[in-house]
Amino acid sequence: MEALGLLLHGFAVLLTWKILVLMMAGLVLGIFVGVLPGLGGPNGVAILLPLTFTMDPTSAIVMLSCIYWGALFGGAITSILFNIPGEAWSVATTFDGYPMAQQGRAAEALTAAFTSSFIGSLVAVLLITFLAPMISSFALKFGPPEFFAVYLLTFCSFVGLGRESRHKIVISMSLGLLLAGVGMDTVSGQLRMTFGSAELLRGINFLVAVIGLFGISEILLTMEERLALRGHAASISLRVVLGVWKDLPKYWVTLLRSSFIGCWLGITPGGAIAASFMGYNLAKRFAKDPETFGKGRIEGVFAPETAAHASGTSALLPMLALGIPGSGTAAILLGGLMVWGLNPGPLLFVEHKDFVWGLIASMYLGNVVGLVLVLTTVPIFASILRVPFAAVAPMIVVSCAIGAYAIQNAMFDIWLMLGFGVVGYVFKKVGIPLAPFTLALVLGNRAEDAFRLSMIGSGGDLKVFWSNGLVGSITTLAVLLLFWPAIDGLLARIVWTRRASR
Amino acid sequence: MSQTDLEIVVDDPTAPEDDSPSVVSSGSVESVVCLLLLALAAMLGYDNWRTGASWDATGPEPGYFPFYLSVILGGGSLYGLIAALLSRRKSAETFVTRAQAYRVLAVFVPTLLFCLVTQFLGLYVGSFLLIAGFMRAIGKIALWKSLLTALVFTAIMFATFDVAFDVIMPKGPLEAAFGY
Repeated sequence: MEALGLLLHGFAVLLTWKILVLMMAGLVLGIFVGVLPGLGGPNGVAILLPLTFTMDPTSAIVMLSCIYWGALFGGAITSILFNIPGEAWSVATTFDGYPMAQQGRAAEALTAAFTSSFIGSLVAVLLITFLAPMISSFALKFGPPEFFAVYLLTFCSFVGLGRESRHKIVISMSLGLLLAGVGMDTVSGQLRMTFGSAELLRGINFLVAVIGLFGISEILLTMEERLALRGHAASISLRVVLGVWKDLPKYWVTLLRSSFIGCWLGITPGGAIAASFMGYNLAKRFAKDPETFGKGRIEGVFAPETAAHASGTSALLPMLALGIPGSGTAAILLGGLMVWGLNPGPLLFVEHKDFVWGLIASMYLGNVVGLVLVLTTVPIFASILRVPFAAVAPMIVVSCAIGAYAIQNAMFDIWLMLGFGVVGYVFKKVGIPLAPFTLALVLGNRAEDAFRLSMIGSGGDLKVFWSNGLVGSITTLAVLLLFWPAIDGLLARIVWTRRASR
Repeated sequence: MSQTDLEIVVDDPTAPEDDSPSVVSSGSVESVVCLLLLALAAMLGYDNWRTGASWDATGPEPGYFPFYLSVILGGGSLYGLIAALLSRRKSAETFVTRAQAYRVLAVFVPTLLFCLVTQFLGLYVGSFLLIAGFMRAIGKIALWKSLLTALVFTAIMFATFDVAFDVIMPKGPLEAAFGY
């Protein structure tokens, strides 16, 4: 029960006016970002990150994580009212959410979406509260070989479990790892891949790349599409809210199932998108009357939203406990930690108790405040969409440029951002996923250092990755995951031939 | 299904037409991307080979890790190149239509100009010009609205970053004239 005491301490850290105001500001900005087409969780967090550079780490992470919660809530508004998923993970919400709005039950659908988001996050935060300290204290025993094995596991599971073509994931990941190595080598001090350029000496900053890849490229992609909107306006009355909440216990199986799926896929790098679809599909499969799904059934809103939020929140667990982000947004938050001078990893729980428990407490508080905020302010946020995109787009470009410049005070970074914007646009269109790139770029140096330190320790013997039970099983698991598609196919064939021979 | 309670309607007068001709196919773009990545892999691989990509007494040399990564990147892009060239279905798919390409350039070119202006005249001047110009020229929004929005937004950014949060942005002659 040590966790409870520390959590209470976290709440004590939070309850100052300054942090509460930042929390509200973060939530409002986040909902704003989530509602706007062409901006989403990772982009919003990346663009607004520079605002936090002069804050202390606790205020900064509280504000940023609230932007993230806000963006998660905001995505549901456009899915339900306009049939436009603000985020990829809200796509499944449109299946039943928009039909409900068409039937004049928009308020009900929105309440269902926000409430289930809240429940999903809450389950994931509870998981973080009790599991993260345990994992991190376990990980304190890790040496470089163990850490490298965990990094390897992360990379391999992306390749083995990813939904895109395998070679595209490999391209994206190796490019990210390579670019992470540009500049001064941290172990030997030698210069690498700088080609004599003074600007490249600093290396390629992770956040600059993210702002370009997610912010600028998203603007380019959004402009390609027709930007006309037709949607329903809605305001939520207390009566509707209470009505939906009264029915909640009826759907406990769906909520619990989706929370579980979300947490699982959030910790492993499957992501919120996969979680929301899986939550929806399973709810449909287990329903007595699956044909009513897609025609405005409230369970069709509960299932994907709970899963998406559980996943989005639990993606922070490996980031906090091991320093390995479970999603793109978590990777950006990790980049933020480094900017604020914190070293992500298991030591965080020992060295920066205030920070970690403040963050965990802010997840509880931010979700409660966020729920109340979205329920009361939906009409205002829905009308943001009336602002013409021609006004929003240049403002986003300017915010991106400010963000990119502020990180290192370098004009070169603005050009780099523009370059990454084009790269991101082309990559998205040819189907090269950006999440592995982001993850590789932020973890590249740490993975390489871990590898080289283990090599120095073992005198260059690769057997160090199988030197004890722990590191051996992680490495083996990583290799298995890398070849999972092949193994899976082989297993299926064996089962099939057995059945055939019977 | 009633459509009567539609309350928020935003039209897009410059939307790309649906029947616009294709400029380039997905297959060719994918091949070009893979070729470029292959060239990048070769270049980085060579540079790391020069730095030293083998083992010495203490372990791997600085170029070891990135050298093998460039080999992986090269392998992946070579595979992608062959796959893109062989796939007939992909080569017929549209990467971008002419109307879409026009719209994308309508954002990209102003952004490029904005970066140039920022380099020489500072970020805030660039921001004002970009927002006012984009709203007027691309969005066809009334001139006074465009100018006012640009001015207000730029002023808010200046107050937030340079004044309140001490995040200093690149500045040019205009800000210098006001003593910043």
